[in-house]
Amino acid sequence: MNKFSDSNMASNKKYWKSVEELNENSSIMETLQQNEFAQPIPTDDFLGNKENLSASSTTRRDFLKYVGFSTAAASLAACEGPVIKSIPYVVAPDEIVPGVANYYATTMADGFDFANVLVKTREGRPIKIERNDLAKNGGAVNARVHASVLSMYDKNRLQNPMVNGADASWEDLDAAVAQRMNEMSGKDVVLLTQTFASPSTSKLIQEFTAKYPNVRHVIYDAVSSSEALDAFQNKYGTRGLADYDFSKAEVIVSVGADFIGDWQGGGYEGGYAKGRIPKNGKMSKHFQFEANMSLSGANADVRVPVTPSQQLQVLKALTGGSTSGLPENVTVAVAKAKAHLQKAGSNGVVVTGIPTVEAQTIALNYNDGKSVMDTAKPRMTAMGNTREVKRVMDGVISGTVKGLITVGVDPVYSFPNAEFAEAYKNLEMSLAFAMNPDATASAAKLVAAVPHYLESWGDVQLKKGTFSVMQPTIKPLFDTRQFQQCLLNWTGRNNVNYYDYLKDFMEGSVLGGTSWNQVVHDGVVESNATLTGDADTTTANEFELESSTSNGAMAFTSQSNGMELTLYTKTGLGDGRQANNPWLQELPDPITRTSWDNYVTISKVDADELGLENYNVADGGLNGDYVNISMNGVTIENVPVLIQPGQAKGSIGLALGYGRMEGLQKEMQTGVNGFRFYNNFSSVQTGVTLEKASGVHEFACVQLHNTMMGRDIIKETTLEIFNTKNKHDWNPVPEVSKDHQEIPVTSPDADLWDEFDRSVGHHFNLSIDLNACTGCGACVIACHAENNVPVVGKEEMRRSRDMHWLRIDRYYSSEESFAGDNEKKENISGLGSSLSEYGEMENPSANPQVAFQPVMCQHCNHAPCETVCPVAATSHGRQGQNHMAYNRCVGTRYCANNCPYKVRRFNWFLYAENDEFDFHMNNDLGRMVLNPDVVVRSRGVMEKCSMCIQMTQKSILDAKRAGKPVEDAKFQTACSAACETGAIAFGDINDNESEVHELKQNDRMYHLLEAVGTEPNVFYQAKVRNTNEA
Amino acid sequence: MLKVKLRNLSSPLSLILLAFTLIFSNPTIAQDAADEAATTATETPAADGVGDAAAGEALFKANCAACHKLYKRATGPALFGVGDKYDRDWLYRWIKNSQELIQSGDAQAVAIFEEYNQSVMTAFPQLSNEDIDNIIAYTYTPKPEPTIANGPGGDNGGGGGSGVSNNIILGVLALVFVMLVVMLFLVTKTLKRIAEANGVVYPEKEPRTPLWKAFAQNQFLVLVTSIFLLLAAGYFGYGYLMQVGIDQGYAPVQPIHYSHKIHAGANQIDCNYCHSSARKSKHSGIPSLNVCMNCHKNIAEYNGELDPELGYTKEFYDGEIQKLYAAVGWDEATQSYTGEEKPVKWVRIHNLPDFAYFNHSQHVTVAGIECQKCHGPVEEMEIMRQHAPLTMGWCINCHRETNVNMAGNEYYEKIHEELAKKYGVDQVTAAQMGGLECGKCHY
Repeated sequence: MNKFSDSNMASNKKYWKSVEELNENSSIMETLQQNEFAQPIPTDDFLGNKENLSASSTTRRDFLKYVGFSTAAASLAACEGPVIKSIPYVVAPDEIVPGVANYYATTMADGFDFANVLVKTREGRPIKIERNDLAKNGGAVNARVHASVLSMYDKNRLQNPMVNGADASWEDLDAAVAQRMNEMSGKDVVLLTQTFASPSTSKLIQEFTAKYPNVRHVIYDAVSSSEALDAFQNKYGTRGLADYDFSKAEVIVSVGADFIGDWQGGGYEGGYAKGRIPKNGKMSKHFQFEANMSLSGANADVRVPVTPSQQLQVLKALTGGSTSGLPENVTVAVAKAKAHLQKAGSNGVVVTGIPTVEAQTIALNYNDGKSVMDTAKPRMTAMGNTREVKRVMDGVISGTVKGLITVGVDPVYSFPNAEFAEAYKNLEMSLAFAMNPDATASAAKLVAAVPHYLESWGDVQLKKGTFSVMQPTIKPLFDTRQFQQCLLNWTGRNNVNYYDYLKDFMEGSVLGGTSWNQVVHDGVVESNATLTGDADTTTANEFELESSTSNGAMAFTSQSNGMELTLYTKTGLGDGRQANNPWLQELPDPITRTSWDNYVTISKVDADELGLENYNVADGGLNGDYVNISMNGVTIENVPVLIQPGQAKGSIGLALGYGRMEGLQKEMQTGVNGFRFYNNFSSVQTGVTLEKASGVHEFACVQLHNTMMGRDIIKETTLEIFNTKNKHDWNPVPEVSKDHQEIPVTSPDADLWDEFDRSVGHHFNLSIDLNACTGCGACVIACHAENNVPVVGKEEMRRSRDMHWLRIDRYYSSEESFAGDNEKKENISGLGSSLSEYGEMENPSANPQVAFQPVMCQHCNHAPCETVCPVAATSHGRQGQNHMAYNRCVGTRYCANNCPYKVRRFNWFLYAENDEFDFHMNNDLGRMVLNPDVVVRSRGVMEKCSMCIQMTQKSILDAKRAGKPVEDAKFQTACSAACETGAIAFGDINDNESEVHELKQNDRMYHLLEAVGTEPNVFYQAKVRNTNEA
Repeated sequence: MLKVKLRNLSSPLSLILLAFTLIFSNPTIAQDAADEAATTATETPAADGVGDAAAGEALFKANCAACHKLYKRATGPALFGVGDKYDRDWLYRWIKNSQELIQSGDAQAVAIFEEYNQSVMTAFPQLSNEDIDNIIAYTYTPKPEPTIANGPGGDNGGGGGSGVSNNIILGVLALVFVMLVVMLFLVTKTLKRIAEANGVVYPEKEPRTPLWKAFAQNQFLVLVTSIFLLLAAGYFGYGYLMQVGIDQGYAPVQPIHYSHKIHAGANQIDCNYCHSSARKSKHSGIPSLNVCMNCHKNIAEYNGELDPELGYTKEFYDGEIQKLYAAVGWDEATQSYTGEEKPVKWVRIHNLPDFAYFNHSQHVTVAGIECQKCHGPVEEMEIMRQHAPLTMGWCINCHRETNVNMAGNEYYEKIHEELAKKYGVDQVTAAQMGGLECGKCHY
């Protein structure tokens, strides 16, 4: 008898694995009982033919012997050190000392980003981009500029010229071009170029078009600022973009202009941040009316979500028009903004990103004569003329344009009209100057491979009167030739070197008394030289005829049906020309914290209406639905949806620059091509319809929780409280109870550890000003370049296994403001209330306040990670840095688990020389960017921010060699050196004269999670928002 | 008693001792003969008897040797017998100011100027005619006989076959040794037989338990032995593992036999002359070949000490210099660069792992440490080798023991004052400065 049948309970209960088991006469069960596996195991597949197997002379014992021998042999061989060769120069260049970096000033001007930079080279190879402090009007060295050095070491670059799809020599190409140009005589040929802002190039192009009168030059900016240029030209006569100095502004009202992002060339964050730091009780007040949540909106004091079609009315209302028809909250905000502007007088400024000449003119008229706007010396970094470009596009499609020479632009990819690609292939002449085999270059009959800007000579006029020099920092890696040199050769000056031409030109027209060597050294020179090629004067007259009457085709009309789409550029990819750069692909978007993708951003209300949702899955990854977006008969299918708090209802956003397929490595072919909707080269489109599509998209989003739930991770206060109240009211030090007495957590009595004397020598601290940080991400890329941070790819990013030593957290408020969150949290009482309201607080508001917080290793003096490391791989230095000895680490990950700031990064895989992670560290060319002063970490070790110890070590050693104390400015980290806004400051707090010493005494200073008692060496300056009423 | 003891000594042992004595007392007199041939006296008087060749030699070495050689073209022509080629007065004028002579249009002067790629000869107005006579006298010194160089190895003189004779001697000794052993056995055997014949009876030995059995039965001894063996195994095992990856004494064969002994030792060239980046960079740097050519443009042959025993003959060294010329593309005949360069692939001797940061300039410039402290007596090394173990323990020991050289360095002023107060000492070691912190070397 079965012993279980004694018990009723046991005998009645029947456990089953499948419903089939309950069926008594199941044939399936019968089979399964006989055979463990439902299908026979395919042993034959791997054992192969039985006869062969038995005939084999290798027995199992032999096999084991072989294995044993080879293991022993391998381990014995491993004991033998490898022979390492060292090959010195035969004739060493004077300026190169192995192990010592050289710096060269040069200028980036790729048509989208323009900046004066310093290039750090080691043993003759550029490894990092730095800011050039000599350049005052240098444009911003943003994340893309920092990453541009890696774009040079791109193995997918064009390595030589091509004729009819076959590799060719330059002689072949020269001959082919000459022949084709002769054939094209009399036919319409367009030279479609990026904005060079280069006077010598303009001159060369003029000389070229003089030789070939059938060629006309058209400038094309993939992301257009044409309306602003038109408006400026109308008003001031020259073609350029007004320059703004936001540090002088008391009130900034932006209507749809992401001026902290890429609006009109970008680069305004430095000036903006200066005005945002409260000084003498004052700081600027920033209103933002916009549809997408942009960086500017995230930094604004008052942000109002407004659809693009309402923006024009807002703009008009601000400058005197009526507000009728606008929603009530907008009307109120407009009234407030207006009052502030009036009060600020000449220090109030209105900027707009509405892509119509009318709107741009309104803003120019309003700002005219204000101290903030500089129209005498406009920016020359965008010169595109969309009217002309559209004519070229239509001409190619209709067949009136017979030949197209493209330089630095990729119209096949970035023109909105899909017919263009087909028409381009049928052109009689197609010549593409390109760095990558992009869509245009792969369809062109003739391809000229051009060098990267770090391999080129050039001149750039970033702003009228400010000239910069571009100088090569490495010999061309491939068989490339500059566009300018080609023009020289093709205008019959084979023997003239572009360098000599440039030098003569600069010395003749620009430099005046300054020596050429001095300018090459500084990278920049101010000169009042007026140049003939300054502005695109050829089209001016023609243009005025059209624009004075109407906005022509450029204006967008508001349509009642459908959504309104705002196309924008992301901090990472910009217009997409550096899409093959893994650093930029992996840089999380500052707002959505999502990398390796573009997506349509939509408001929660609209998403609910369409039944679209976002949700997090078990591994923390974010999933979202797909939609098909249609507009004017064009449909982009399967666009992932990201629900964006703060997105204006009825509007959606989509980033440009993604969806490139040609010339890109497989991993980088991310997102969808937003340029398909860039009709009339206007960033605003109406009448867009969305339709839910099937499938689920897996985002690589690195921030799971969006709100702070009312905690003081970011301390925030208002300007009023900051000005009037005591520090302890708005920036209290947390307290703990000891012997029933509240004592501050910073008190030695509240400490578990004995204090260590840190008064001798250097003691490094890092200060991060949350008022100045705009979230631009330049520091993140600078950190990558300095510290050899690996790229892990989309899949790993999704699992939050990103290796970023420095992340910029973004928090949304759950109420209208963070203050509201705190209030709500204070008022929670009782279990029911806490259950429901804490739940509510997890979700961001429809129009949240946003705060950014760069977080890196906090280098705690009482570090929780150090105490749990079983092998003492992480320890504390006298100078305040938390050291990490990689070669000692055994990878227990205790430290990461014990870190309250979650800044430690574990090498789950080998990221260098591993085909599974086929990014720059997996090829010889890409590895050239590695910093030889920092170890490339291997699998299984923990890594984290070192506070750039290699840089502090170097500064100290330099001082020791020079025999004098270290100057404060010499102490830098990669992030502090890269910060355009001055938000990150680094230095020695034992030096009483240092900036960081002063910042540590600041009232706004606080430590992150101070209550934990870790005593970090990184501190933050509390955020102050200007909520003052006019 | 003494006698008995001696007799009980096992005979093979005494034989071994004998053999050792013989081997080590192997006379090496033969070798000495070789060196005598190396001495030469070459005092040849000047051809025409004018001038003092000895004084001329000093002047030549001070003024002319940088560009001229006696028997070989260098930057300037070979000077052997120059007094016969040119008129003495013309020579005076040329040497005192050759440019003046060329500009005056002297055909002979112009021809020479053109022949030597228009390289300008330094003017020597300070030399008197007498000095010039002395120099010219010196130029008549005949070329030394080449026999000197290959003297010891070449002839079949006394020491010529020293290697062979050594082997013969050793062979003979071995034979004698074997014979002695055989004889000893025979003697003992005979003695035993005589004893037996004389009726001497040895006491019957009790069959003893075999040694290994006795050992196995003694558990204490087994325990002690196994503990000892385990400890020994642990000791040697640890020792073996600890030396894995330590290449102390590593002296690889280099593509060009560069002798530090000749350069840093005999010629007293400062280390930093070639390894100049050691002063300002973390790398000491392997000198580029143009640095070699600073001297070797004029030094095409080796005339220093030789060690033919090890194969370091003059031909050998000259051949190595030729390798340099081949690498750098120097054509000796025309005294110009051909432009055909073949970079030298040196084998790196000191290999710190990538995760260890070491900065030469910190130690050389700031601390003022002698190169030899870590690299050993480089000036005595014919073949460069790794002197120090380059282990972390070795680094740290030095940091613990070495006082930081702070004198006269403003950087250290404040730190020294504070540290000295803190530790109550006058001198501060590198360790007290934080030189033992992980992050100082590993990041």
